[in-house]
Amino acid sequence: MKASNSRWKEHLSGKMPEVLAQEVDNFEMEIDLRRQGKLDERLFAETRLRRGVYGQRYDNGERHDGKKVQELKYPSGALTKGPNTLWDAPGMQRIKIPGGGLNASQLETLAELAEEYSDGIAHVTTRQDVQLHYVHIDDTPTLMRRLAAARITTREACGNSVRNVTACPYAGVCPDEVFDVTPYSHALARFLLGHPDTQNFGRKFKPSFSGCAQHACAIANMHDLGLIAVTRVENGKEVRGFEMYVGGGLGTVPYQAKPFDSFVPPEELLPLTQAIARVFAKYGEKKNRNRARIKFLVQDLGITKFKELVLEERKKLPTDPRWTDYIETAEQFEEEPLRPPGEPVATASEDFERWRKTNTRPQKQTGYVTVTVTLPLGDITSNQLRGLADIVRRFTKETIRTTVEQNFAIRWVSQSDLLDLYDALRSVGLGEPGAGTIVDITSCPGTDTCKLGISSSRGLAAELRKRLAEKSFEMDEAVQNLHIKISGCFNSCGQHHVADLGFYGVSRKMGGYAVPHFQVVLGGQWDHNGASYGLPVVAIPSKNIPEVVARLTERYVANRENGESFKDYCKRIGKAELKGLLEDLVRPPADPADHSFFSDWGDPREYNLSDLGVGECAGEVVSAIEFDLAAAEREVFEAQLLLEKGNIQQSAKIAYMAMVHAAKALVKLEVADVSDDPDRIISEFTTRFYDTHKFFDPFAGGKFAQYLFAAHKASEEPRTVDSARYLIDEAQLFVDASHSCYNRMSVPVAV
Amino acid sequence: MELQHVNLKLLLGNPDGVDLEALIPIFHDWIQDQTCEEVLVDVTDYRHVHSGPGIVLIGHEGNYSVDNTDGRLGVRYNRKSVLEGNNQDRLAQAAWAALTACQRLEADPRMGRTLRFNGKDVEVLINDRLLVPNTSASREGLDAEFRLFFNGLFGEERYDLTYGDEPRRLLSVAAEALHTFSASDLLNNLCGVLPIETTS
Repeated sequence: MKASNSRWKEHLSGKMPEVLAQEVDNFEMEIDLRRQGKLDERLFAETRLRRGVYGQRYDNGERHDGKKVQELKYPSGALTKGPNTLWDAPGMQRIKIPGGGLNASQLETLAELAEEYSDGIAHVTTRQDVQLHYVHIDDTPTLMRRLAAARITTREACGNSVRNVTACPYAGVCPDEVFDVTPYSHALARFLLGHPDTQNFGRKFKPSFSGCAQHACAIANMHDLGLIAVTRVENGKEVRGFEMYVGGGLGTVPYQAKPFDSFVPPEELLPLTQAIARVFAKYGEKKNRNRARIKFLVQDLGITKFKELVLEERKKLPTDPRWTDYIETAEQFEEEPLRPPGEPVATASEDFERWRKTNTRPQKQTGYVTVTVTLPLGDITSNQLRGLADIVRRFTKETIRTTVEQNFAIRWVSQSDLLDLYDALRSVGLGEPGAGTIVDITSCPGTDTCKLGISSSRGLAAELRKRLAEKSFEMDEAVQNLHIKISGCFNSCGQHHVADLGFYGVSRKMGGYAVPHFQVVLGGQWDHNGASYGLPVVAIPSKNIPEVVARLTERYVANRENGESFKDYCKRIGKAELKGLLEDLVRPPADPADHSFFSDWGDPREYNLSDLGVGECAGEVVSAIEFDLAAAEREVFEAQLLLEKGNIQQSAKIAYMAMVHAAKALVKLEVADVSDDPDRIISEFTTRFYDTHKFFDPFAGGKFAQYLFAAHKASEEPRTVDSARYLIDEAQLFVDASHSCYNRMSVPVAV
Repeated sequence: MELQHVNLKLLLGNPDGVDLEALIPIFHDWIQDQTCEEVLVDVTDYRHVHSGPGIVLIGHEGNYSVDNTDGRLGVRYNRKSVLEGNNQDRLAQAAWAALTACQRLEADPRMGRTLRFNGKDVEVLINDRLLVPNTSASREGLDAEFRLFFNGLFGEERYDLTYGDEPRRLLSVAAEALHTFSASDLLNNLCGVLPIETTS
């Protein structure tokens, strides 16, 4: 879409890490192949998802306009970027931010990208990512290159992969932490990114790191893999380790993670996770998408058996030096302040005091605080991002992180700078108080952009924010500290299960009309790493939810006993009484002239469910070998392009390697740890696929394998234009034959 | 220098009186009625964001919004697709789109006559940093192009031009006319420069 797209590659040449640059080149080639119809749409969908390129609502080209379903007639016509997903339809780009850590230059890059490719807004998610909406797929390679130049990758942000590794945003500065988990979270993220053992999952996999057990910050209990920092004394010396939990997850039915090990030493963190990945890939469900998360595997096997399988895999793992290399300097990891420690500033104004109370927390390092920048609904403009970049440069060594509450945390702010920083934040509209309070509502994108959204989570969140902000400082402190979280549907992206007041979108039919509702989920526990989940109580029309919040909070203040928490209050009075409190709100008003309930917050259209689509969160189940063969196919294409440019030797080399990679893909079906050495690959291929005739074509026999053997024998010889061309043709035939071989192996043989 | 992805913003008079919420059903109706030849997709509400995009009508070729960036409320057109023609054509297209949208909004009774072009302030931004970086060289190189365009819009040299010089931001030029115009006046002035095809 953007006129400058073709120029960015050259402009950024030499400024991107080679690995990231190559990844983007590969993706761009896949886009070309898809445009030419040479790449299956399902495979392309998973490919783009694994680069964080997501679909959005209406991307099937249909949108209900309030009266009828309207066709959106894009110029690209019927060209698709996935099943039922039109090429030109706007999409979402998810950008992984490991542990939420960003620097000023990265904030500025995000600002530019939001302006040029999106709608001028960057959105912080409940997993510390940043999302840009309404992005055209043709712009995504350039977007990725510009991120790569800022040392950010979007790889595996979506799809059946290891998603963002989240971590406590206060790691390293929190007075309550056991130790700083930052370097370990970075090590795990780095290790797992693109790891061969993580390419064959049936669903996503989400790890998180907490520095302590008692706070919420990384919500370890609801993750596929949760790590909580612990120490113990060995031989008189305190050593670091992790409590490891597996099999947590929210989704439609939330599961608490099960304790896997009470103490995993750092040198076992990566290999054990790798072993868990292997077990998930090997035994996890792949056909039934609804049961493909690791939580179901752990439940079905039981934690004891699951652990047994993991430890068996652990024993078989070939030693990888990265297990220790990536963490060897972890204990020396340390952030530094820019400015000297200071004394708290005197009270300046009521506004400042309100903000200070909710948006700052003392660090364990005397004289410093961490400041939370409240982002309404997780949104921030490009100008605000640039303003924030200036602020973190001015007051800190750019130590800023996103949080799972969809805010930013600025660390290492000197106490004596606090007022100046507050003024600087206010000057760019980022000085709102209320972080972590009832007005700081977490919400997923919902029906605004998500294909699975049922009710408008953001619309409701905006309305509640407005109403609660008006009176939040008059509220009882017990109410001020409640958490509200809203999901647009039952898939829990808004994490409603761990909220005091949680809501997820549902639909009900009333008087012949579809009416947007929210299921009310009460008494979840946010702290102690999301220790327990709330009770679903009753479904209430969306337009009555503000009254639900008002009524429940008033009753809680009036009736709580001995300072009990909202969770304990809900447990004490019970589901029946809670439901009774809200019974009259279950129906919309009786006035037939009042149609307000038949539309959702912020959307005047008559509510209907026809815009619901097939979600891409689950991606497409594409096996590792399909990916590998697609990569080999892409290399053949690349070889053709090189030959066209006259680069004969390079084109021949790439064509040969395409064959080697296709052969390796087949070998991996039988040998997980096959070497990258072409001699070893050819040897294994010969033994397992040629000598056994598995690779033999029903009509051509072993002919195509002979192409591989000949190319391998002549791999060091210079090529002419003609011989390079023949080699490319043979490479294509070999890759095609590899596909056929795999297909034959996948078809059950009749008995 | 090629100007693509032209954004044009018409500042509004009495911005504090503009009822932004009323825009939401109006923009939804534009989608329903397929008000223009461009593919209109959805409406998004960013009123909760300080000095933000306001209410945005997302389109394929371009977005329309009542935008509050820098606290300056205005009807804004953001051209997203590449457009054929020359720079004057592309400036004219953006102006035509913004002025037509503004006219429609001014006339819509649901706005309660709260939305009106202030008659003199027009901003142009070029939403492509590589194509047109915000440098003094770009500003000097494009000055004649912008003046030619504003001459056609406001009359020969009957305006003041101010360039935005923050290098991190998009290249922008703000024109303040010496006299006031209505949206219709400016559309009439544009007719002399408008290309036959205004969308592509």
